Amino acid sequence: MTAPRATGVPILRLGDVLITGLLNELDDQSAVAFTDELTERIAGDGARGVLIDISRLEIIDSFVARTLMELTTMARLLGARVIVAGMRPAVAITLVELGLQLTGVETALNAEQGLTAFGWHRMPRPAGEARRDAPR
Amino acid sequence: MTLHGERVAGSELIAQRSAPAGPTVAAARTADRAGARSTASGTSAESGAPGVSGGAFADPGPLPGGPGRSSRFNVASEEDLLTVRHAVRAATVEAGFGLVDQTRIVTAASELARNAYVHGGGGSLEIEMPTRSGRRGLRLTVRDDGPGIPDLDQALTDGFTTGTGLGHGLGGARRLMHEFQVHSRPGEGTTVVVARWNDR
Amino acid sequence: MNTSESSVRDRLCEALREREEEIADRWVRLQLEQAVLSTDMSEHEVREEADLLISALAAGLASDVPVERLVTSRNELRQTVIELSLRRARAGASPTATSLAVLSLKEALLSAVQHTTRDSGELYSTAILVNRLLDAAGVLSFETYVEGREEIIQRQSRQLLEVSTPVVRLWRHVLAVPLIGTLDTARTQVVMESLLQAIQDNEAQVAIIDITGVPAVDTAVAQHLMHTVNAVRLMGADCVISGIRPPIAQTIAQLGIDLSTILTRATLADALAAAIRLTDQPAVGQDAGTAGSVTA
Repeated sequence: MTAPRATGVPILRLGDVLITGLLNELDDQSAVAFTDELTERIAGDGARGVLIDISRLEIIDSFVARTLMELTTMARLLGARVIVAGMRPAVAITLVELGLQLTGVETALNAEQGLTAFGWHRMPRPAGEARRDAPR
Repeated sequence: MTLHGERVAGSELIAQRSAPAGPTVAAARTADRAGARSTASGTSAESGAPGVSGGAFADPGPLPGGPGRSSRFNVASEEDLLTVRHAVRAATVEAGFGLVDQTRIVTAASELARNAYVHGGGGSLEIEMPTRSGRRGLRLTVRDDGPGIPDLDQALTDGFTTGTGLGHGLGGARRLMHEFQVHSRPGEGTTVVVARWNDR
Repeated sequence: MNTSESSVRDRLCEALREREEEIADRWVRLQLEQAVLSTDMSEHEVREEADLLISALAAGLASDVPVERLVTSRNELRQTVIELSLRRARAGASPTATSLAVLSLKEALLSAVQHTTRDSGELYSTAILVNRLLDAAGVLSFETYVEGREEIIQRQSRQLLEVSTPVVRLWRHVLAVPLIGTLDTARTQVVMESLLQAIQDNEAQVAIIDITGVPAVDTAVAQHLMHTVNAVRLMGADCVISGIRPPIAQTIAQLGIDLSTILTRATLADALAAAIRLTDQPAVGQDAGTAGSVTA
């Protein structure tokens, strides 16, 4: 197995959840390398959830949108649920006007709410509660 | 959001996106006049600041750096894409655009620059800051010498793509800007001109 | 340019240079007499404009651009006329007053030339030249004035939009925006912008869009609603649309508009109840034990 190219983007592990974030200055090659690295980690760590913080992204163009959608699909195939957290208002408006909806990608207002959706609480929560899904 | 694109059969197409309410007509008119003047100003030593379409004039208030400066950037590598984004962002800030408009314009620039890089094998992006009736704006001209777009109608249809991305490059940029023009012929490269006017 | 025209032009140019003060004075006086100025402009400002325009005219006449094209092709001259007209448009002067302001310069110019020659033929040629020169300025001025007013109207309607779309906080993590009037593209953009910002500021989980005050829903309005809902969801919040009156429900059904992916309620009260249930679901643990730690 070849080691994925290091991208400098940290991927933290919290139980069975991986936490990472996208940087604004992500170029195409790094995005591809990041996708490789993250999928390796999901498989290797047996992660059930992935939280991607995008609050630093000043724009999302169709390339970044595609990266996020591919990541979500790949993670789902590997048995992990992806939540994208912290999209800026201006970015959300632009994405919608651009005609992109990040189909199938779950979203959360910020990292904390994303983690809440993954079941990280200070108090135990009842099992089987419904979760809120992203736009279809 | 409605699009009024003139759909011209064949290889050349000029599309103009309709903006809400009044400004469109005026903006489009300005563009026409600017076009006419720029061909005329080539021979005349009279024209003012270089690169300014004649529609530009100073707002009574002082403008940082003055209106109508233009700058050109190469788009030949992935790093260039980032450089272009920075430059366009800085220009939108200078032109006084709000955060959402800044994001719209930088996103459109990113789409167009990536198009030129991926499909056109590299090209250039020019930033102009025209002013019209005291309204400031930003105009981007993206050129490449690539193979050109054989079917513009198809290229403007969402979902069409021959490279990376989602095929939203041209169509998406058109939706984000007030003015949109594309000229392309097979073998002669592609030129896209987009503009957005500041509502504030 | 024939010789006689060029000599007339030289004469006019000379008069402009030598009698700059006098022309400016007279023009300012004419404008004041005709009461074409609104209260927002001081005599001092008008005088400044006059000086600028006269020196731009003199510089233009010294060039060899045909006199009809002078105003439009000389950048300095063009901008002076445009600024003058815009300033009047902004100060609320009438279009007639704005055009007259430019055209009364003709009189000021001619009376200055009168001092330099007594030859009636020459005076006649000068009058023609001045007409040709300043008619172009009048047209440009009027055009600019109209554009300037358009811009003001637009700015005002945008400001009106902003004040007419208040986002209110109804409950913890629940926001509402009551829409009143037609939902077009411009309005949708304003609504989206203020709603999304409020969602971020309040860490809201549900946004209620109340359309009780929207007179009609057609496919375009539905499209705008869908855009707003999608943007809210991208932010990670949910959206409920309330205030769908029976006739609007009928139209939506008849037009075949698909709002099935959106949670809708008949009244704002119903929507609030639904919103509270939505916020309670993922936040049971928080509500029971650690409410204090959550931003309220």
